[in-house]
Amino acid sequence: MKRWLNEGALVLIAIPVVLWTVVPLYHLFVLAISPPDSVLAGDLWPAQPTLSNFVTVFRQQHYYLSNFWLQLGNSFVIAVTTGVLTLFVATCAAFAISRLRAPGGRTVMNLALSTYLIPAAFLAVPMYKTMGSYGLLNTQLALILAMVALSSPYAIWVLKQASDKLPRELDEAAVMDGATPLQIFRMVYLPLMRPSLVAIGIYALLLAWNEYLYAFLLLSSEKAAPLSVGLGLFLSADDSPWNLLMATGLIYAIPPAVIYYLFRNTMTSGLTAGAVKG
Amino acid sequence: MTATTIDAIPTARSSHRRTWAAWGMILLAPYVAVLLVLVAYPVGYGLYLGANPASYRRLFADPIFLTAVVNTLLFLMIAVNVKMVIALGLSGFFAVPRRWIRLLLVLFILPWAVPSIPTILSFRVMLNPENGMINQQLFRLFGIFEGPPWLTDPWLAFFCAIMVHIWKSLPFWTLIILTGRLAIARDLYEAAAVDGASRWQRFRFVTWPSVAALYVTSTFLSMIWTLGDFNSVYLLTGGGPADSTQVLATLGIRYLRNNSLDLGVASIIVAMPLVLPMVFVMVKRLSKGTEA
Repeated sequence: MKRWLNEGALVLIAIPVVLWTVVPLYHLFVLAISPPDSVLAGDLWPAQPTLSNFVTVFRQQHYYLSNFWLQLGNSFVIAVTTGVLTLFVATCAAFAISRLRAPGGRTVMNLALSTYLIPAAFLAVPMYKTMGSYGLLNTQLALILAMVALSSPYAIWVLKQASDKLPRELDEAAVMDGATPLQIFRMVYLPLMRPSLVAIGIYALLLAWNEYLYAFLLLSSEKAAPLSVGLGLFLSADDSPWNLLMATGLIYAIPPAVIYYLFRNTMTSGLTAGAVKG
Repeated sequence: MTATTIDAIPTARSSHRRTWAAWGMILLAPYVAVLLVLVAYPVGYGLYLGANPASYRRLFADPIFLTAVVNTLLFLMIAVNVKMVIALGLSGFFAVPRRWIRLLLVLFILPWAVPSIPTILSFRVMLNPENGMINQQLFRLFGIFEGPPWLTDPWLAFFCAIMVHIWKSLPFWTLIILTGRLAIARDLYEAAAVDGASRWQRFRFVTWPSVAALYVTSTFLSMIWTLGDFNSVYLLTGGGPADSTQVLATLGIRYLRNNSLDLGVASIIVAMPLVLPMVFVMVKRLSKGTEA
């Protein structure tokens, strides 16, 4: 009896949790399969569900979507480049700080942590001016560099903590065998750090893919902009074709969701490891 | 933890140290470059732009700025605390060892895993007072002819922005606290059960002491990030109606886009007395655990 009461209580908690999580996503989906004339009908399920919105998006048959494929590609290029660059910068830095005990490493770590804690929307204003004075405004490089700057502090922090956990004896043994720091980096450090590296690469990639604020500030030209900026165009009118926006939005949201679910175990262990120490 | 094995060969050791330090500096260089070019320079440039006292006089004379300050403080106090308390509670739910709860967690993470733009715009369309799904369903199901003016009433719109913010970030913090909870040794709970502890006592004397530090750290971190949350307000209300829901994060960008860069920078510098102490405390807290 008590057991059933317990299960009942769990289900009672689960129902609002599921509703809360799913309602906006469900609404997004319903609009994405609604024909234009029933977008504002407020139905829980469209009278005539259709996939024609996706066809319109794929054929770029709307003014807001005239660069859909290009912008999807831009999002991809920006996200992957950010992921790779962040991984490179952070892996080197974490190795230098944690294993090589580079002079000034501790200071750099603290500076990185402070950067990590600057609210991103606050840094955006001076970042915009800075990119202007570097002459990089409206180039993808500007967005990529800004995203690397935003993602690498956390990346370094997580990688440094993972790296601190590797036994020092490994380095010592390698040194005894006459290995140089670079050889240790390549043959000891990189293979052992693989799960954390995957997590961090994906973290930076998703951060860049999902970014909106920096994207529309630094990269407003339609041909170079990522899809998030393209989606933001729909905000410019109150009577935008929301069904097309949601269809595009769904396509835009699927890659990060899929990547997250494929790598979720690596991600959660890799990314929460740092925070839990608190 | 120094390399004791190498002590036996003193000369080799000092040259080895120098090589390591040199390589350490080389490998640190890319990030130092990022830090200088993409963080230090913008911050310095911002401070330089914000050095003009006239900007602050204009800023304080702007009624929208005062609204934004009050909104920001309210947003922080309400959103962060509500979110963290719910996250603490829900982490207890998700810690229950059931297969279906584990699957539910996978679903629960979605708002955090997908990009803000489509989901927050979905909220925006759904909450439209005239033709949004919510009010139309209120009418059809309950005969409420005029549903709440979700996004056209300043206070309701503000609370909707808080709700959207919580919707988006709750999964992350639940996950963090859940990880903390799962790290608590099971025998503590078994001992408590043997002593006949109630559910509340188990929480109060076993769970809470183990996650309290994590909870405080998370609250601070969440405050800093909530301060920088541009999307929840901008994408839901655009700061409207009539700039009544602006927060500092959106106001700075609004000034920037209105070609009042100096006001944008000034509005951020004004927030620094709030941000810097938190950053300082957090850097100490976060680096404490890492410097073994």
